[in-house]
Amino acid sequence: MGIHHELNIKDHLECFRNDEFKKMIENKRKQFEDWVGEEKVKEVAEWTKTWEYRELNFKREAISINPAKACQPLGALLCALGFEKTLPFSHGSQGCVAYFRTHMARHFKEPVPMVSSSMTEDAAVFGGQNNLHEGLQNAIALYRPKMIAMNTTCMAEVIGDDLNSFINNAKEKGLIPADFPVPFAHTPSFVGSHITGYDNQMKGILQHMTDYFEKYGVDNIDKFDPEGGDFYEQGGLLAWLEKNGGK
Amino acid sequence: MGVIVDKETALKFIEEILSRYPTKARKDRAKHMVVDEPGDDKCIPKSNVKSRPGVMTIRGCAYAGSKGVVWGPIKDMIHISHGPVGCGYYSRAGRRNYYIGTTGVDTFVTPHFTTDFQERDIVFGGDKKLEKAIQELNQLFPLVKGITIQSECPIGLIGDDIEAVARKTSKEIGKVVVPVRCEGFRGVSQSLGHHIANDSMRDWVYEKGVKGREIEPSPYDIAIWGDYNIGGDAWASRKILEEMGLRVVTQWSGDGTLSEVANAVKAKYILVHCYRSSNYLARYFEERFGIPWIEYNFFGPTQIFASMRKIASLFDEKIQARTEELIEKVYKPRLDRVIEKYRPRLEGKTVLLYVGGLRPRHIITAFEDLGMNVVATGYEFAHQDDYQRTLHYIDKNATIIVDDATAWEIEELTRKLRPDLVASGIKEKYQSQKMGVPFRQMHSWDYSGPYHGIEGFEIFARDADMAVNGNVWKFIKAPWQQ
Repeated sequence: MGIHHELNIKDHLECFRNDEFKKMIENKRKQFEDWVGEEKVKEVAEWTKTWEYRELNFKREAISINPAKACQPLGALLCALGFEKTLPFSHGSQGCVAYFRTHMARHFKEPVPMVSSSMTEDAAVFGGQNNLHEGLQNAIALYRPKMIAMNTTCMAEVIGDDLNSFINNAKEKGLIPADFPVPFAHTPSFVGSHITGYDNQMKGILQHMTDYFEKYGVDNIDKFDPEGGDFYEQGGLLAWLEKNGGK
Repeated sequence: MGVIVDKETALKFIEEILSRYPTKARKDRAKHMVVDEPGDDKCIPKSNVKSRPGVMTIRGCAYAGSKGVVWGPIKDMIHISHGPVGCGYYSRAGRRNYYIGTTGVDTFVTPHFTTDFQERDIVFGGDKKLEKAIQELNQLFPLVKGITIQSECPIGLIGDDIEAVARKTSKEIGKVVVPVRCEGFRGVSQSLGHHIANDSMRDWVYEKGVKGREIEPSPYDIAIWGDYNIGGDAWASRKILEEMGLRVVTQWSGDGTLSEVANAVKAKYILVHCYRSSNYLARYFEERFGIPWIEYNFFGPTQIFASMRKIASLFDEKIQARTEELIEKVYKPRLDRVIEKYRPRLEGKTVLLYVGGLRPRHIITAFEDLGMNVVATGYEFAHQDDYQRTLHYIDKNATIIVDDATAWEIEELTRKLRPDLVASGIKEKYQSQKMGVPFRQMHSWDYSGPYHGIEGFEIFARDADMAVNGNVWKFIKAPWQQ
């Protein structure tokens, strides 16, 4: 570490606090920002601490400020991550997935896998089935999951894409193996919050796996293990499944 | 020490990486990966097209490009995330576009303002709610200079008329209200979001003749564009330009204000750092106001000094003399000390670089100033002209150039090229570190910075050394060391 002290390198935590930068920034504020000035800022800041402001704030009906919630697909992602070798798949805009992955990576400080069917403007017009089909094929080929847990972004929801029929079509066309589990959930971001999304995805997975076990038998349990992964598991889920999903 | 492969080996690597894809995707991805050597002036990958579904692209959407990149940093306006709650939540205070102000009173960058669309808004439309939202904001935040409406996916799909709302409320509150059609499904990446944001500035600020603060013009007025003040980048850049004797009337948009945006018309020259996100407006300025623009690069001494001289040549001898003095007497000695200390520790190390639309080329020379070699670089959302410009930066060794890389490709490139440093984004960070490969974030500067300018290069060198030579990596084995 001696090298760093020798050169006394200051980064953003300190380097802007010297007189030169202070003067530069002050000058920018005075000359170019059309700043109202310290007095006015203090005045308004004081006003925000008054009862009048409080009443104004509570009367809000239309604008939400710093809501402590996220949208459904984020919860769906968290749920899907609890299942081993399960790749979360979001049907809709790809920007959402970038945001979910970033948010989770910043929180867990772990890599967070998730793919998108990358729907764009033309998919908004014609529907996203082709995107979903190609997405399933590419995701399985590249990342080799045992299961894909699918959810939707608001774009796919608003245009009314039907995941159940799309997924069944994919299997009927032979694009993915018929016994490859693809549980899904519709997770519109304008209903509830990320908690709703978690529940929806969980319900989707449990429902799907119940049918799956009925069809393929629990002997195929080696294909599906609901516990493990780098994230916290569903306590007692396997026990519940054994009790309710079949022998 | 990292491996520098020749073109033939690099092409073989690419083929191996592509072999995992299904046929259709493989044919497509093959067009997005090329190998360039110094002197190549034609071979560029296909770019700025749709990502293949399901491949784990790293790209974002137009909302991110508009709200996140361009409009978000403008500190004295409120940017409404118009639509469901998610987009605004995930992008809240996630980008280190630093600013000075009293948040919630005269500046509003970090809070999340949203119309929090519910099902009934989807069914009945959100225009009325938007109108009321703007009224409420103006009441609660009297010092706000204006509002922008950053559209999320549903807005374009349900046919809301945010332009009408903008016009109406702007008259009512007597402030600038800018409707921005940056719905996430538009375009193929963040890039169209930049374009839409640029256009909205053109249509609702410049074409409407919005005025900034009165300022006395001078022959040395310039505007810094496409610098988002990540970790203070724009302040470090501004300092250099002011020390040269120039007068920066606009910072666009890091630590930027509506007044500065409006006053850009008073600049004698527009200095464009991030070309990708601001060239649209720069071209408009040239056409409409006759203000010329030039590109510059403040990463590392080679580029900084070249850019300083390029900028100085636009002005008189006084500026040029001052610039030479600054370079020879102040900056070069300072940065030479940095290179003297760090270059021996970094000489020959290799870098895999993958960022957004500018840094994958702009930073190459800064690495080379430290003796490091960029063996692969790539962009999430660059266009043909960015790749064209990148060719000029390939001057040391054969370099793999990839457009819209997938997580698979980044992981495999890391395995095959065995770089000493992977420089990319948060979604790639832990994947890399868990493979035992040092990593530095090149979007957020890994919570460090600034990296522009003189202070920036010192910090950049320190961080590169810290990452590459960190002792912790001795305790973790990369896959090829096991």
